[in-house]
Amino acid sequence: MAALLTVNNLNVVFSMRFGDLRAVNDVSFSLESGQRLGLVGESGAGKSVTGFSIINLISRPGRIASGSITFEGRELTTLSPEEMRKLRGDRISMIFQDPMMTLNPVLTLGAQMTETLLAHENITRRQAEERAVETLKKVYIPSPDRRLGQYPHELSGGMRQRIIIAIALLTNPSLIIADEPTTALDVTIQAEILDLLYELTVNERMGLILITHDLAVVSQVTERIAVMYGGRIVETGPTMAVIDNPSHPYTRGLIGALPESAGGQRRLNQIQGAMPSLYHMPSGCAFHPRCPLAMDVCAKETPKLCETGERGTLTACFKTAACEAASL
Amino acid sequence: MFAFLIRRLVQAVLVMLIISFIGFSLKHAFGDPVRDLVGVSVSKEERDKIAEKLGLHDPVMVQYVRFLKNALTGDLGYSYFFKKPALDVILSKAPATLELVFAASLIIVFLSIPAGVYAAIRPRSFLSRLIMGSSIVGVSIPVFFTAIMMIYIFSVELHWAPSFGRGELVTLFGFWPSGLVTLDGLEHLIMPSIALSSIMLPLFIRLIQAEMMEALQSEYVKFAFAKGLKTFRIYMVHAFKNTLLPVITVGGVQLGTMIAFTILTETVFNWQGMGAMFVEAVERGDTSLLVAYLVFVGMVFIVVNTCVDLVYGLVNPMVRVAGRK
Amino acid sequence: MWKKFLASHFLWSFKRDWVAMASAAVLVLLLLASLLAPVIAPHNPYDGTNVDIMEAETPPVWMEGGTSKFILGTDAQGRGILSAMLYGMRTSLMIGLGAVFLQAFMGILIGLFSGYSGGKLEAFLMRLADVQLSFSTLLVAIFVGAIFQMVFGVASYEQMAVPLLIVIIGFAEWPQYARTVRASVLAEKKKEYVEAARVIGLPARRIMLRHILPNTLSPVLVISTVQVANAIMSEAALSFLGFGMPVTRPSLGSLIKSGFEFIFSGSWWITVFPGILLVVLILVINLLGDFMREALNPKLYKGA
Repeated sequence: MAALLTVNNLNVVFSMRFGDLRAVNDVSFSLESGQRLGLVGESGAGKSVTGFSIINLISRPGRIASGSITFEGRELTTLSPEEMRKLRGDRISMIFQDPMMTLNPVLTLGAQMTETLLAHENITRRQAEERAVETLKKVYIPSPDRRLGQYPHELSGGMRQRIIIAIALLTNPSLIIADEPTTALDVTIQAEILDLLYELTVNERMGLILITHDLAVVSQVTERIAVMYGGRIVETGPTMAVIDNPSHPYTRGLIGALPESAGGQRRLNQIQGAMPSLYHMPSGCAFHPRCPLAMDVCAKETPKLCETGERGTLTACFKTAACEAASL
Repeated sequence: MFAFLIRRLVQAVLVMLIISFIGFSLKHAFGDPVRDLVGVSVSKEERDKIAEKLGLHDPVMVQYVRFLKNALTGDLGYSYFFKKPALDVILSKAPATLELVFAASLIIVFLSIPAGVYAAIRPRSFLSRLIMGSSIVGVSIPVFFTAIMMIYIFSVELHWAPSFGRGELVTLFGFWPSGLVTLDGLEHLIMPSIALSSIMLPLFIRLIQAEMMEALQSEYVKFAFAKGLKTFRIYMVHAFKNTLLPVITVGGVQLGTMIAFTILTETVFNWQGMGAMFVEAVERGDTSLLVAYLVFVGMVFIVVNTCVDLVYGLVNPMVRVAGRK
Repeated sequence: MWKKFLASHFLWSFKRDWVAMASAAVLVLLLLASLLAPVIAPHNPYDGTNVDIMEAETPPVWMEGGTSKFILGTDAQGRGILSAMLYGMRTSLMIGLGAVFLQAFMGILIGLFSGYSGGKLEAFLMRLADVQLSFSTLLVAIFVGAIFQMVFGVASYEQMAVPLLIVIIGFAEWPQYARTVRASVLAEKKKEYVEAARVIGLPARRIMLRHILPNTLSPVLVISTVQVANAIMSEAALSFLGFGMPVTRPSLGSLIKSGFEFIFSGSWWITVFPGILLVVLILVINLLGDFMREALNPKLYKGA
């Protein structure tokens, strides 16, 4: 199968007055068409920045410092702003975190849906409205034709997120990037939205990058997973393989912190300490100050992704994977 | 919307009652309606008779109710100086003020929107810094000083523009003396309208810039970029439309400031409008006219503010729909 | 306390902002000049014996006919402009600061109580604040000034002008404070520490004064600077209209007024110099206010 999206050695920096902060560090991954990838990590791990950098929408003062992003055979990092605009919302769509903030409060849903089509396709408003109604049916919005004249505040959060998904689907993109699409929603509605995302991406054979801090969410929807920590991917592989047999100490910690894995224990296992900020990134492996297995070398050198015992998974760890440190 | 409207109306009536009460108390305590009517050279008995006829010996509340009744029928008292009903005097001065406010509003709207929007979109550019820098200087110059400096530079030294009055007027529709249709009238309008707009303009530029910046940082604008919309549409439809709501609200509030500044501007340029009339009424001790102006401005105010609320309701779907249910 | 201030973000950003530093320097200079006006002014403009009508409308020293006795020239009565300006600025500042103290006192008290306890009276006062704000503070000040002048008569109004102007401007602008303080009290009230103080049974007055009030200080500080500028501006406008300081005890506004008619005969300095001083004074205060708004970044009540 041909790769839909290939990200190679992506580096994103935020240029501050006192120097550059590296938010995404040497990140590489690829996605085949119709494949679903989960990008997992705590906030500040660089997963959202990675997602936004694909369509070059990193907020200032961030910029892609180096690396390449190939999508459907085209190099994205060198596209002109206008070429990038034509791609956004057409071939690659995004779904944002908070449905209450994502829709414009003073525009009707109809206007916000049709404008996407009108920006990318040469069709009339009438045709665009028909397409919008069709798409609303796909996301199971009741009485879809009535919705176009409504305003966002007339709908609940879950309904709004369905509208946003519908907007993402309008142009039949080949890739959807969903940034924490369920975080702002009630638990019951979270499940509905995830089911919907799964169903739609499978039926329409769309690629999906699901950015989340929630391992449970990823395990429900995606085939592959990439765990990020301190701007790097620390473990990647088939979702079930990684979750059943995590090899990076950080991934183990994340899974140990899930309620279901705590078993009969009274307390959840939690990782000691907190995610380092970009201002104070530790040397070597960024996780070493919190790592129960840390060795001296972990503070000096940064491990690259390397094979583990588990088939198809890669892990960046000197201890649990076959990573070799130069100084050893 | 209906309940909202009713609430606004009740408040408007209450405010009107308070203003009329202040006006009435002033008139009651300091005005002399007999003098207003017949002057001072009348014997005491004669005056008493007239006072009796006017009901000036009635209980205060009775007089207040009469004052209100009269005000509702458009009778705001009698100007001592002009020897005419106060409302007639005010209405004869209104066109001058309205034309001045109209010209100044045009300047404000057509300059503040592009300047504010531009400064928000390109906050780091040289032009934006210039706009924002001069706007803080602008709000720091009192409107009457701007006016004086303009008169000194452009009238006294350069002789470019006339320094006072409205110039040649043409009566439109039989009652509206207008300076907008003659070249001389327009020339006279230039400096006063620029002076009047000089302090409101920077205020609006700063407001539009701040609101627009906030809108540009919102998630829905980011989402609009992610949808691949053209940048112009994102700025004008997504960001600017959200900027309008607070600007309309503040615009309504600024009407009072505008009236205050017309008083100053008209005084400097000797522009024969309501503002100059008010200052003269105070100087001449024309209590009836002063009270009439107070009540009149209060009335205009409340009507305009209620209209602004309605427009706000029309533009803001949240108010509109909340009322529909 | 002082050490904490030295290490603060506030001071750090102040040192990086040359506009703020220059404004502060100019403001300190102007404050000193008005405080020391009786000492540094070349003449006493209130003293009639100093004034010689023969010296009226003398131009500034660098112009033809100017003398070094009156560096910035004289006005129509022969008073030195420079001295009149120094004394005028003193009057303007006195009224401006006095009015701000009054409005801050009223506004903070009402804002604090209406935010914390929210009784009927406070609710009424806040409605009043809304209505008053919607009329614009300057318009209210002009109306009240005009009414007072009518009530007291021009002569006695002029005698009491300073306290009256403080009352008029203070009364016209208190809603700004009330709104700001109320908003931050409402925000503070929701926080846990206030809840905790209430649970352990501290009296409401103590909670307000010791716990809530200090937290409303930074927005109060920010609007205070702008309010001083506004008050000085309002005083100048009132004086210019003739509802303010009399020409015999001029503020900057009444100096501008008294010089206005003379620009037609070319004696521009009588009105222009006091005008420039007024603009500079308001401008540096506004610039400092802008800086404080950005440095302290409180959530201010929007609009109005």
